[in-house]
Amino acid sequence: MPKVTIDGIGFDAPKGWTVLEAARFLGITIPTLCYHEGLSIWGGCRLCIVEIGAGGKTKLVTSCSYPVEEGLVVKTATQRVIHARKVILELLIAQCPTSKKLQDLAAKMGLGRVRFKPKWEKCIYCGLCVRMCEEQMMASAIGSVNRGNKLKITTPFDKTSEACRRCGGCMYICPACTVRCEGPSPENVLCGRCENSMQPTCLDVYDHYTCWMGLKGDCGTCVQEDLDKKCEAKDKEEAK
Amino acid sequence: MVKLKSGEQLDKYCEDILKKARKVPMIAISSGTCGQARGSLKLIEAFQDAVKEIKGEVEIKITGCHGFCEAEPNVIVFPDEIFYRNLKPENAKKIVQATLKGEVVSEFVHKEGGKDFVYLRDIPFYKKQMRIVLGHNPKIDPVNIEDYIAFGGYNSLAKALHRRPEEIIDEIKRSGIRGRGGAGFPTGRKWEIAGSQKGDVKYFICNADEGDPGAYMDRSLLEGNPHLVMEGMIIGAYATGATEGWIYVRNEYPLAVKHVTMAIEKATELGLLGDNILGSGYNFRIKIVRGAGAFVCGEETALIRSIEGKRGESRQRPPFPAVKGLFGKPTNINNVETLANIPKIIEKGSLWFSGIGTETSKGTKIFSLVGKAKNTGLVEVPMGITINEIVHDIGGGSPDGKAIKAIQSGGPSGGCIPRELFDLPVDYESLANAGAIMGSGGMIVMDEGTCMVDIARYFTNFLREESCGKCVPCREGTQRMFEILEDISAGKAQEESIEILEELGSVMKDTSLCGLGQTSSNPVRSTLRYFKEEYLAHIKKKECPAGVCKEFIRFSIDPQKCIGCGLCLKNCPQGAITGELKKPHSILPKQCIKCGICMDVCKFNAVFKKV
Repeated sequence: MPKVTIDGIGFDAPKGWTVLEAARFLGITIPTLCYHEGLSIWGGCRLCIVEIGAGGKTKLVTSCSYPVEEGLVVKTATQRVIHARKVILELLIAQCPTSKKLQDLAAKMGLGRVRFKPKWEKCIYCGLCVRMCEEQMMASAIGSVNRGNKLKITTPFDKTSEACRRCGGCMYICPACTVRCEGPSPENVLCGRCENSMQPTCLDVYDHYTCWMGLKGDCGTCVQEDLDKKCEAKDKEEAK
Repeated sequence: MVKLKSGEQLDKYCEDILKKARKVPMIAISSGTCGQARGSLKLIEAFQDAVKEIKGEVEIKITGCHGFCEAEPNVIVFPDEIFYRNLKPENAKKIVQATLKGEVVSEFVHKEGGKDFVYLRDIPFYKKQMRIVLGHNPKIDPVNIEDYIAFGGYNSLAKALHRRPEEIIDEIKRSGIRGRGGAGFPTGRKWEIAGSQKGDVKYFICNADEGDPGAYMDRSLLEGNPHLVMEGMIIGAYATGATEGWIYVRNEYPLAVKHVTMAIEKATELGLLGDNILGSGYNFRIKIVRGAGAFVCGEETALIRSIEGKRGESRQRPPFPAVKGLFGKPTNINNVETLANIPKIIEKGSLWFSGIGTETSKGTKIFSLVGKAKNTGLVEVPMGITINEIVHDIGGGSPDGKAIKAIQSGGPSGGCIPRELFDLPVDYESLANAGAIMGSGGMIVMDEGTCMVDIARYFTNFLREESCGKCVPCREGTQRMFEILEDISAGKAQEESIEILEELGSVMKDTSLCGLGQTSSNPVRSTLRYFKEEYLAHIKKKECPAGVCKEFIRFSIDPQKCIGCGLCLKNCPQGAITGELKKPHSILPKQCIKCGICMDVCKFNAVFKKV
């Protein structure tokens, strides 16, 4: 069993596990969007990124797809990770502000602004419905069409598909179209943040794991004095 | 055709070809896609007619591209290597006659800086080059396998088949060659990983999905010398233990597809491909897959999915293709140019190869030099040569006297390098440190008339259309970047836009799924790094220093110079020009779409652009 270290916790993870599975086993939260236990790994939304490696040589990988390997050092909530997650979420929300799943994630992650013009699209191309249709419903009635800015998910040639059994699996799993968030409006892309009404509970600070909210001490709940300095000192120690 | 059963038989075959060869002057006509576009097919006909008419002892050879695009259609007369450029069909007779007499027609030779250059080796464009890979292009008829064998072709394969696969991998590792497709991964290491995988079925893929705007070295190699690439591929497949191979070539390259198809047939007939290659007991087959032109399919995991018949989108790594690739089997993928180097390394040894180039980058690299340079074309140079030498010595500098401002290297995933850094040696590391990449080798020269915001906008637009759309940072990031760049070039952006661009760029680089996404912010990041003041001029001063962005320019007519000929009025697509005949005209700013046609058609320089 490969020995991995996640956020400072070392343990032997069973071979074949992904970093996400290992982290969840330890009770560490990593946000996900296009990941689903019952479906194949996609790795498209990039929200589950974590930082791997130690010292000066680190990189960001998606935890949902990265397999555990001997000696792997993972940090799930460094500044770099949280910043990247927020930018990605900002891009997603600007694309589809009416998704409750996205708005909840924004509230949890403390995303405070959206700098891009909202597109008010109905789909975020997470690929869940396509995989659901193919892998669980064995229908393969829908798929991606075109690429880049013209990408869409639809049936072949936009015609009613004979392969579709109207099971509704795609709608069930969609994070954008079923559970709608009525909060956002053209003036305010972020919603009223109902998910945010509970008080944040800060974990014991380890490493860069600054805040449950992914903030840099902005909420003031936990004591944040000289945290950056502490982190720097710790980094130096590790580098040695 | 005989079936060759051993290396000795191949040698014998080669000797026979050389004995048969006529000892007469040879006129090699450059006829790749580029040459054909400039009329080489008519030129070939004219030359063949001229030879028939004169009944002279001259051989006409139809070859692939000679590399000097600016001079297409051109011919090289062997054995003296006399170079004639920009020929028309009516010139053919004159050249054939002169060739028979052993004379030179000086009116068609290359002229530069007031001097005549008769021989290929003297022409500045060719002089500084080191044409290891492209060198045989002018001497070989790509549809004739005998031409290739006459120059020692498939000898390296015969040599390689006598050695153990590990020895070949060692040789390639020692040579220090790195992938020519862009990322620069050591080829020997790649083969070692693929070779060490267990399993009976392994695949070997040649990546000829060349999608960068302005890059065409792979096309030229496949069109001009397909056997060289195939030989490299067979050697690689033998070394890694693969039994089946694919050449993934884009359908936009019909001539390359045709030549490769013929090459596979001929090689199979001769026993150089298929079962029991050269009597060694090793079997290998090559198939062609034609790509539909998606840029992302040049990325290896997307390419593999495309061959499998699925949608071309990249896949998460690990597992790497070397472990789990095509149809779930270990797969090795190499670029066309990488494979074309392999036979040379086997032939001359790793020591010879590693003697060329710099500490970390060995051998030569082909660049397609395009844009605002006098001599455009395919340039093969040793690694470590400076950009200055490529742009000024080989490329001949700017064609119209405007100062050269920067080069763009590496296609849409690459970046811009300003002229202050033109002393930079060309190798993988120094280009990457400067914010560009080697990429597949596109090199676009830009002068003072190029707006860097516009360049970034152009490439970002390309990427936003060519992203597969699977991962968020690449799909949404490129679209948002394009939006912001549109705003900047329309004068609608704020200063914070630059911050957003920088932030987006770094996140895209950090988090995107594949190489396309990770490098998709390079055009913006590198122009921001070196030409921030141009961005600021657009945002703050509301002006485009290069006079490109339409929002900031205005076309006017100088009443002093205008004689009222009406030519601009007739050509304006918008009807934005008014005026009576023989009286000065004027432009209606509201209707004008700033296409610049009036300026192009005016014979009196009366139309001018206000920046």
